[in-house]
Amino acid sequence: MSARLVLTRAGARSLLQDTGFRGGRGTGVPAAGALDRDALYLLNRLLGNAPDAAAIEAALMPPALRAEGGAVRLALGPGLAGQVSGDNPRPVGAWTAFTLHPGETLALKLDPGCPVALIGIGGAIALPRALGSHATLARAGLGPFGRALGDGDAIPLEAAATDPGDTTFAAPPSPATGPIRAVPGPQAEWFTEDAMATFFGTDYTVGAETDRMGMRLEGPKLAHSERGADIVSDGIAPGAVQVPGSGQPIVLLADAQTTGGYPKIATVIGADLPRLARLAPGDSLRFEAVTVEQAEDAARARRAELDRIAQAIVPANAGRIDPRALWRANLAGQAVDALCPDHFAAHPEPEDRP
Amino acid sequence: MELLAARPLADRAVTFELATEVGAEAAARVGAAQARLSALLEAGELPGALELSRAFCAITLHYDPLEGRQAGLVARVRAALEDTEPAAATGGRLWRLPCLYEGEDLDDLSTRLGMARDEITARHAATEHLVHAIGFLPGLPFMGGLPDGFSVPRRETPRTRVPQGSVAIANGLTVIYPFESPGGWHILGRCPVPLFDAARDAPALLSAGDRVRFAPVDRPEFDRLAAAHAAGTADPETYAEAAT
Repeated sequence: MSARLVLTRAGARSLLQDTGFRGGRGTGVPAAGALDRDALYLLNRLLGNAPDAAAIEAALMPPALRAEGGAVRLALGPGLAGQVSGDNPRPVGAWTAFTLHPGETLALKLDPGCPVALIGIGGAIALPRALGSHATLARAGLGPFGRALGDGDAIPLEAAATDPGDTTFAAPPSPATGPIRAVPGPQAEWFTEDAMATFFGTDYTVGAETDRMGMRLEGPKLAHSERGADIVSDGIAPGAVQVPGSGQPIVLLADAQTTGGYPKIATVIGADLPRLARLAPGDSLRFEAVTVEQAEDAARARRAELDRIAQAIVPANAGRIDPRALWRANLAGQAVDALCPDHFAAHPEPEDRP
Repeated sequence: MELLAARPLADRAVTFELATEVGAEAAARVGAAQARLSALLEAGELPGALELSRAFCAITLHYDPLEGRQAGLVARVRAALEDTEPAAATGGRLWRLPCLYEGEDLDDLSTRLGMARDEITARHAATEHLVHAIGFLPGLPFMGGLPDGFSVPRRETPRTRVPQGSVAIANGLTVIYPFESPGGWHILGRCPVPLFDAARDAPALLSAGDRVRFAPVDRPEFDRLAAAHAAGTADPETYAEAAT
């Protein structure tokens, strides 16, 4: 039996996601796909995957994973910390690619305040695609599983992985700060000048009713102009900020419907969409107005920055003992256990965790 | 035709506004523009363009900002539309979809519209509905052409769960919910035909430009059809007739 990644525990909401469905918007299918596309891109580069390969997007409570039938190469995105148990127990940190060997189990923990995170999967996933994608849109039953992953689900791989050792980026990305950039419109004229000034000048708080379709924001009410709070439904892209009659904005995200009938005051630029994925209810944010040209320049600058990061992949355990190498050399035997924290829930992280 | 406005969705997409009022005239403009822009996209003449989505009065073009600039795309689209004439939909298919006219809101609609239940359902079934756009949910058709006297706004309190297959009206339009969903439209009946199936080559059954007539069925027939579709023994394509 070929290698497969088994979810021994599915977690709260684990979804197979990639860069999303293609060519479906004309029939009401949103792109869906991973919320944090920057992390997906970097994890796939770290794993040597195609840039649009699928990962597991975990939320709130991440899954527990096991390799069966062969080794599976994995990489943890920002916000995740893991502990491998088995013959060679070891911690694995964010931005680290490593090989999970048959019989080994990976327990994962999300950093407090981190709503979602990605687990990259190395190699080709042996599952059919829909609309050119392995993404999941549960409400339409779309995706290889057509739903969130469940206990015992297995993701089959075309081939078992090798173990080139743990790798990471020499300079992983640091979290961006500053306001979230957005382009006014498509329906800026549906709002008063005061509403525009408020939207681009006031702190908003992420509301509890936030999911993959949209992020509700709480803050000063935004007044519609004499045109009112209804438009003839038109197209939506992730990042569009719709404002219904209540005056409280909703930022539409990856799973949002493809058309909508509320005026959209602004649209978050593509380069800043991944930052929204890392915001949790209660976090605050502020918007800054930019032009379409500035948004396009930011997209290109971001891709160049990610490519620079991806060019420098280094061993993850540089400067410290590699327990697996010792184990293989049969020098340390069971003493290996002493080098690694094996009950990570209470154990402090190693200081050199990348 | 004139491009009324190009409305940016940041660096992801741009919406081309082609009409201001929902109706057959808008559908003709949007349909012709979509045909023209699809051809340009297929021919690779819209650098960076990924896909088009159609609404009642506008078309949204999604693009990759790493591959093309919005300003260039808008200029090309504006020029292409200048020599594109509105055209009533041609080539769309005519569908005769079964409908069990026993919707939750028939009594309420009877009061609101001042029309007997039987008259509402008979007139709705006698109407040819034009699919203006597919949207909101995968495969959900927004259809125009409701008879006079059917004007009703959305329900003041939307339902949190509208059952799959519900045929519902509001704002002069009819929709069929392909999936259970929250929704604020008035439910006339239920259609047992799956409108979206990811396993099909074209997952959405209906397309913008298609026409739909509802064929009233009784409860036993509805149950029989629903079971056949659930079992995969009925082919939804059989409800389509050649364009007339």
